[in-house]
Amino acid sequence: MTSTTDAATGRPTARPVLQVGDRVFVNLTRGAGVLLLVVLAGVAVFLIAEAVPALIAPSDELPGGLTLIAYIAPLVFGTILSAAIALVVATPLGVGVALFISHYAPLRIAQPLAYLVDLLAAVPSIVYGLWGAAVLGPASVGLATWLNEWFGWLPFFAGPVSATGRTMLVAGLVLAVMILPIITAVSREVFRQTPKLHEEAALALGATRWEMIRMAVLPFGRSGVISGAMLGLGRALGETMAVAIVLSVSGGVTLNLISSGNPSTIAANIALQFPESSGLAVNTLIASGLVLFVITLLVNAAARAIVNRRREFSGAN
Amino acid sequence: MAKTVDVENLSIYYGSFLAVEDVTMTIRAQQVTALIGPSGCGKSTFLRSINRMHEVIPGARVEGRLALDGRDLYGPGVDPVGVRRQVGMVFQRPNPFPTMSIYENVVAGMKLNNRKASKPVLDELVEMSLRGANLWKEVKDRLDKPGSGLSGGQQQRLCIARAIAVQPDVLLMDEPCSALDPISTLAIEDLINELKTEYTIVIVTHNMQQAARVSNYTGFFNIEGTGKPGRLVEMDETRTIFSHPAEKATEDYVSGRFG
Repeated sequence: MTSTTDAATGRPTARPVLQVGDRVFVNLTRGAGVLLLVVLAGVAVFLIAEAVPALIAPSDELPGGLTLIAYIAPLVFGTILSAAIALVVATPLGVGVALFISHYAPLRIAQPLAYLVDLLAAVPSIVYGLWGAAVLGPASVGLATWLNEWFGWLPFFAGPVSATGRTMLVAGLVLAVMILPIITAVSREVFRQTPKLHEEAALALGATRWEMIRMAVLPFGRSGVISGAMLGLGRALGETMAVAIVLSVSGGVTLNLISSGNPSTIAANIALQFPESSGLAVNTLIASGLVLFVITLLVNAAARAIVNRRREFSGAN
Repeated sequence: MAKTVDVENLSIYYGSFLAVEDVTMTIRAQQVTALIGPSGCGKSTFLRSINRMHEVIPGARVEGRLALDGRDLYGPGVDPVGVRRQVGMVFQRPNPFPTMSIYENVVAGMKLNNRKASKPVLDELVEMSLRGANLWKEVKDRLDKPGSGLSGGQQQRLCIARAIAVQPDVLLMDEPCSALDPISTLAIEDLINELKTEYTIVIVTHNMQQAARVSNYTGFFNIEGTGKPGRLVEMDETRTIFSHPAEKATEDYVSGRFG
């Protein structure tokens, strides 16, 4: 390819020379990026368009005769509470498992373990839901009674203890198990890529293995751990079947994690209500879906902001 | 401070592979000892065995004796972590912690040894170490900036500051200038000359002019062929090694006839 020159000045123009292969590749990647935006925009447009009738309808025509905010607020609360429990439990656990695989376990244990954790991600969510309702729930009653006895002064464990174990605590724990493989897999990969140079720098200063991990591995993997946690949070916020099966719903807004009166989550509520809904009720459900969409966007934006806050210390420069 | 390293019949193994065979030498305190030799001759492995850094590779072990002022570093019950606090190391490529500021990099070793140091103590330590590494004037106004933003030569001096901040007895340098330009190299060589008044310094280098410039003693390592262990051919005062060495192989190597 010859470089083009500006007709007026005779000087070469700023347009760079591009080989055919580069040109094809640029357009392929650009196309993939645009496609992603189109899909996302399509979802947003659908949600907004279908939600509008519910947004403008008078409250007495909506299901339950509640205003839209009064209908959706408990769902938002339940969604965030269950996802928060999942994240609080799964993040330290996932980082711990990832560190064990990447820096502690001998190779012949690390590889099968990594494989097993990845396998956890492939289990369908309905299986987790059934396991939560049939096994973990009943098994949790003893723990819940103990928590209520000793930590009943905390609002989380105020009781009365649910006899079936189908509580917010169990739903959160089931979600934690579900997002654990995502957090572990992402963290493991970034931990593994810690430059040998930096690990050796810490060791040569007289760091123990754990001190080396704190000095070199964790700071290097920080943005990866946050990304993994956000992917996990995204799954926890949107999880439908597991929560729908596990959680016994009464609609109240409460921080009490071990009683039988729980708010539902947005996704589970849509799944449970949708088959019997029509007309404005459908629009209301879609409006709640729109709220979930916005929550997810906000959470991701917040995560980006956290990762970028110390960008100059990321080691990327 | 500076201590003597006595090595007696030291052999270094990776699993069943013998990497370095039967090294006996004395590394004198407050002197610079250079280790030269062709690639793969085991000089870096030997250097790393002085602070047990070669043990990061699973299966690494040694036979023989390596003592720091009479104390065997491989004796029973000796913790390699403790050894590394006494024997500092500077690597081939500058490796300041990218997630830490210049200040944090310098105090990183200190934080491991003594977590409760007060701010004024740390401030003083940082200034002393950076002055010791001839870097203070260049970075004193940006101590809170990331260490990775410095030039390669400055980063290497930052790593030296980090190593001397814990006041080790011995300072090991594994080709510290091989990734640097001539001007930065000169700065490091000047620094080595100043540091030897306080530390015992061992430097591995591929650059024979550098060995001749900075060291008082030179050890020449060689290897007979691939798969064979590296051996110390001879060790003597640098002047002697470069003018009339005892061994023919040394003369061939330092005169550039092979390697």
